[in-house]
Amino acid sequence: MEENSEAPVISLRNVWAGYDLDTVLEDVSFDLHPRDYVGLIGPNGGGKTTLIKVILGLVPPRSGSVSVMGASAQEGRKHIGYVPQLQVSDKAFPINVWDVVSMGRIKPGFASLRLNSEDRQRVEEALRQTGMLELSKRSINEISGGQRQRVYIARALAAQPRILLLDEPTASVDPQASVQLYDLLAKLNQEISILLISHDMTAVSAYVKTIGCINRRLVYHRDKSVSEDMLQIGYECPVDLIAHGVPHRVLPAHDHDGERLE
Amino acid sequence: MINFLQELLSYEFMRNALLAGVIVSAACGVVGTLVVLNRIVFISGGIAHAAYGGVGIAYFLGLNPVWGAVGFSLLSSLAMGYVHRKEKGRADTIIGVMWALGMALGIIFVSLSPGYKADLMSYLFGSILAVSAADLWLMVVIAVVVLAFVLVFYRLLLAISFDETFSTVRNVPVGLLSMAMIVLIGLTVVISMRVVGLILVIALLTIPPAIANLFVRDMRGIMILSTGLSLLFTISGLLISYALNLPSGAVIILVASLAYGAAAAFRQISARRRLKKEAPNGKNGFELIR
Repeated sequence: MEENSEAPVISLRNVWAGYDLDTVLEDVSFDLHPRDYVGLIGPNGGGKTTLIKVILGLVPPRSGSVSVMGASAQEGRKHIGYVPQLQVSDKAFPINVWDVVSMGRIKPGFASLRLNSEDRQRVEEALRQTGMLELSKRSINEISGGQRQRVYIARALAAQPRILLLDEPTASVDPQASVQLYDLLAKLNQEISILLISHDMTAVSAYVKTIGCINRRLVYHRDKSVSEDMLQIGYECPVDLIAHGVPHRVLPAHDHDGERLE
Repeated sequence: MINFLQELLSYEFMRNALLAGVIVSAACGVVGTLVVLNRIVFISGGIAHAAYGGVGIAYFLGLNPVWGAVGFSLLSSLAMGYVHRKEKGRADTIIGVMWALGMALGIIFVSLSPGYKADLMSYLFGSILAVSAADLWLMVVIAVVVLAFVLVFYRLLLAISFDETFSTVRNVPVGLLSMAMIVLIGLTVVISMRVVGLILVIALLTIPPAIANLFVRDMRGIMILSTGLSLLFTISGLLISYALNLPSGAVIILVASLAYGAAAAFRQISARRRLKKEAPNGKNGFELIR
């Protein structure tokens, strides 16, 4: 991976974070640069969600610093297109695709009580980019998991983000749809930095530019290969990857039937 | 039938009652939709019951119990809203305690007050036929405030109801808005108190949106349909109670509950029928069971 001299869009320095007596993140340092496409993998309970919350300024670190686009997380997060993990409960909410995506146009404070024509244009653009324009009047309980994930990506894109932050984007998407999702992300990556967090090593490793591991501690060398120290933080997936052959090998989508929500 | 209606409308109390029904339906349809979609039915029940503390204290002090209810429901909605936001883990327990505490205070203060207290029952169980012109004015003012708020902040209310985390990331003042939403519930409780009573308010807040949610798939539509349904239940309940000489608040809720049962059954049956029809070729058949 060539060195990127541009200033990082996300920068974590010696971040410790947790809840009550429980420390979840230990001394995490990490930079995301423009046009990076990083996959961070880790087991459930390894601090993936906490890391996302720290980056989004939802959980303040106990020590260390977080900056997003050179500002604090709370200030800089307006540049982050956040794509949450699909929840079963979302489906129960009566709302259509267009209305979900237009939430990406919400501006800070009380400034966005109505959509203006620029907002509408951006929403349409985001729907077109994600291939969801035809379904924009559908209720979100009438579309598949993969389509719902696209809707959330469209909502993130409507805000014209510099960074996309995705939480388990393929956890409840069938294999075919997840290949299409990664195609879409690769296209978006031409302009937007992407940070993707998942427990699904095989899915992630085939598509991202660089890979890191997170299990309380974070190991990341701006590289695609899995290093010795990644193994040492105690995650079984890197073992799996190495067992499959060369660490650099681009793995085809395995038989990983992502648990479907439906 | 026409004669029956003409007879009804010739009474001022009946005209007031119908007008009260319209105001309550609009407030309950709109605010109830937020209650149902945000799953804060329990808080709404808590606010409504705790408001009786205000009724009791005001009665004890010789003030208008309506103002006591206004004060107490605002106070309890702020307190319960705070607990709901800050104490994610034990919120339901604390709200349950406040619910009962408000009720207990009301009962104690009423029993400490001398005199005949039969009319206090009307705050608990409603008495739409006893709505005065003064009550109506207060109801109109509160309803206008509530509806205007929802109209102005509709988009943000939709956003925080659907995805609070995403709204926070977009720097929407989520805490402030959701507190405001709970205060709206408190205000709606006060409006509805005279019509169905504090104990039954929860039904008028939840049943119409729950029915509407079975048939309409967007928040605005649910608000409009539940206002219409609420109006239907209030007026038909009122007429039935008048014809059969039964308590109006209870009859309104009975009508609403029966309608809910019927609507849910209808939805089940039609979903099953559609499933049978589409199952052989449509793999998404399961999506239709809701």
